[in-house]
Amino acid sequence: MIDVSVNGKTQRLDVELETPLLWVIRETLGLTGTKFGCGMALCGACTVHLDGAAVRSCVTPVSAARGKRVTTIEGLPSGGRLHPVQDAWIEQDVPQCGYCQSGQVMSAAALLSKQKDPTDADIDAAMSGNICRCGTYQRIRAAIKLAAARMRKGAR
Amino acid sequence: MMPRTVQPSRREFLKTTATLSGGVLLGFRVAGVTDVAAQTAPAAAEFAPNAFIRISKANVVTIVLNKAEMGQGVYTSLPMLIAEELEVDLRRVKVVFAPVDAAYGHPTFGMQFTGGSQSIASEWERLRKAGAAAREMLLAAAADVWKVDRAGLRAENGAVLGPGGRRLTYGQLVDRARTMPVPPDPPLKDPSQFKIIGHPTKRLDSRAKVTGEAIFGLDATVPGMLTAVVARPPVFGGTVKSVNAARARAVPGVKDVVQVPSGVAVIATSFWAAKRGRDALEVVWEEGAGARVDSAAQQAAYAELATKPGLPAKREGDAAAALAGAATRLQAAYQMPYLAHAPMEPLNCLVALGADRCDIWTGTQFQTVDQANAAAAAGLKPEQVRIHTLFLGGGFGRRATPGSDFIVEAVHVARAARAPVKTVWTREDDLRGGYYRPMWHSAIAAGLDAGGAPVAWRHTIVGQSIVDGTPFASDLVKDGVDATSVEGAAELPYAVPNVTVELHSPKGPVPVLWWRSVGHTHTGFVVESFIDELAHAAGKDPYEYRKALLAGHPRHLGVLDLAARKANWGAPLTAGRARGIAVHASFGSWCAQVAEVSAEEQRIKVHRVVCAIDCGRAINPETIRAQMEGGVVFGLSAALYGQITLKNGRVQQSNFHDYPVLRMDAMPEVEVHIVPSTEPPSGIGEPGTPLMAAAVCNALYALTGRRIRSLPLTQHGFESA
Repeated sequence: MIDVSVNGKTQRLDVELETPLLWVIRETLGLTGTKFGCGMALCGACTVHLDGAAVRSCVTPVSAARGKRVTTIEGLPSGGRLHPVQDAWIEQDVPQCGYCQSGQVMSAAALLSKQKDPTDADIDAAMSGNICRCGTYQRIRAAIKLAAARMRKGAR
Repeated sequence: MMPRTVQPSRREFLKTTATLSGGVLLGFRVAGVTDVAAQTAPAAAEFAPNAFIRISKANVVTIVLNKAEMGQGVYTSLPMLIAEELEVDLRRVKVVFAPVDAAYGHPTFGMQFTGGSQSIASEWERLRKAGAAAREMLLAAAADVWKVDRAGLRAENGAVLGPGGRRLTYGQLVDRARTMPVPPDPPLKDPSQFKIIGHPTKRLDSRAKVTGEAIFGLDATVPGMLTAVVARPPVFGGTVKSVNAARARAVPGVKDVVQVPSGVAVIATSFWAAKRGRDALEVVWEEGAGARVDSAAQQAAYAELATKPGLPAKREGDAAAALAGAATRLQAAYQMPYLAHAPMEPLNCLVALGADRCDIWTGTQFQTVDQANAAAAAGLKPEQVRIHTLFLGGGFGRRATPGSDFIVEAVHVARAARAPVKTVWTREDDLRGGYYRPMWHSAIAAGLDAGGAPVAWRHTIVGQSIVDGTPFASDLVKDGVDATSVEGAAELPYAVPNVTVELHSPKGPVPVLWWRSVGHTHTGFVVESFIDELAHAAGKDPYEYRKALLAGHPRHLGVLDLAARKANWGAPLTAGRARGIAVHASFGSWCAQVAEVSAEEQRIKVHRVVCAIDCGRAINPETIRAQMEGGVVFGLSAALYGQITLKNGRVQQSNFHDYPVLRMDAMPEVEVHIVPSTEPPSGIGEPGTPLMAAAVCNALYALTGRRIRSLPLTQHGFESA
């Protein structure tokens, strides 16, 4: 048994403690926005926030979430409004197939929570762990810069 | 990635007899799909003049999408065709995926599929007519309601406007419209009147894809669902000799371990339990001939085969004689490895099997074929099989297999499970599962005259036939030559008077399949690299050399000139950089790309790619840009890193650490220029992919004097980014 706080809601779950957080999120909690892509922290599709920091949930045992706040893509909006990263993604027409985009958005949101004005090198460093087979990287970069600018002006 | 020349006679083989009567699904609640009824027939009170449009009395317009959305943007661009003629606000339209039905088949080929960069080209007429027919019926309905002349009415933004300020929404006209006859040939708008088509239009599915709401095959669930993973042989064609499932069955959550034709399935209450169960499974395999596959040996065998005459794919003049008499002769051998598609969403398929019906939830490009294959595996008739197509997390051709491999396997697992079961592939399963872009070898030679112009061109191609042994062979293989093996080589656009193209189609245990741009993936590299070699041998500029040889090809010239101009071809570049150019036509479109590349200390960096595309009339310029960007990335990724190799029959790659793909830090700046055109719209999903390998290698030659003739680039000591 483990108490896990996901998107602000704490639940007691009857799961084996070594189960990857990814599969607890997807199957035990039914939150399918977080995706499975590789199972080895190589592709980033499973990215969630643990106390605000981006982690790859496919290699994070659920036990690591004890006492911490887990945020998934479903929990990123606040006050009924999308996160500025999500707004920027829509505006820049970023997604193609969309399968990697939850992970991309979570990685980008984590970057912007720490860096207000990321350089291209910062973006490369933060985002190169997220693979996109459809090739949306150029638009992701533009959307991150757009979201950053808005957040510097107060958008939340 | 799909055949373009399947004859209508194939319809008889692949036709489904299902009708559109539908019926409500048996209470399966699919997670996240809030409106299961959307998958069924229209409600009785809706206006549904054809298979593509439904309008409710509440004035909700639903468009039924008969193509799979795998990133290429049809979820937006096809509804644009309907919304334009129907006169509705695109952003208020609801889009649902079509069930499998003859009404949704390709207008020429009959079967329902997504591929071959065909969607817009094949639906351009039909969907506009569908929208126009509905519009005309709504206008006629309003005329009938108001007892006025139809000529005085106009349709605008989901309503009919009449004299004296009269207005009725489409929803209000539903009952009357349903009594109107369907016009067989309704008038279409003149393109000068287009308000939607041709205008950059943002995707309709972006919001769902950035909030986690979009449902992919892997996300679908039904009550009581189990999950399975399958242990498959380590070599192709291997079979099960013995199984020890004791430790697997002991894993908590594992319900059963069963043999299926493709291997041994571990069925459990969750993915993680199934995977742990498979890890604990002990299988002894009978390996067979597949254990002898060795990529190095295979490439050598291909090279040997290429020295012998093959089956003719093209013969013009006498290349052998012209070669013998030429002032200068060049020859080269080009090699390319097997490639995996590696879509971000690993393969998966949820099957709920009953005594007389089968429901399948998955992402697939091949509805009609899958329905027939699933029915055969389930012992049912095709019309008893319903496929609920969801969003695809990438297709690239992998989700279009003539034998419906991952779907048939899932049906077999469901038969054994006697419960709804979702069969899930891991990334390792995906990369090792076969159905690759074939390995290719080209032996190519050309003769130049004293002025450097080519007088002879002889190209011998060696590689497995994709369609051999499938129902597509009878249409695509002529006189032993698989059209998909030689496309892009047999129809050489350059003015060479003597051309011979020949093909060898060796067989082997490794299953092969179409991979984004199919034969063009190898012919684009070979032809555009070799013509570059000729240009340099002739002492000519590669752009000018091509230009001079494309005199009769205005659309090749159009993109070539545009790309060169926008890339400032010929202007000085930053030190340490060079440009490479390529032009190639495929899937009804023309594309040219210029790559700007540096390679300091063997670190290749592609800085910029200028892409020119002529795809006829642009339906959604945003989609075209995105597909060109995506095609560039797909082709560049393969050129830099892509290889699937086998040793002792085993695939040596397993995940993204040893099958690297392009990431953010290696992404070039891509500029896309669309040639304005009023020609009928043609393909964009694939035409951007074949050129990157040649453009980059041509740039590398200009930079270093080193000609690369085999891919990937990383095997030559280059690193990337």
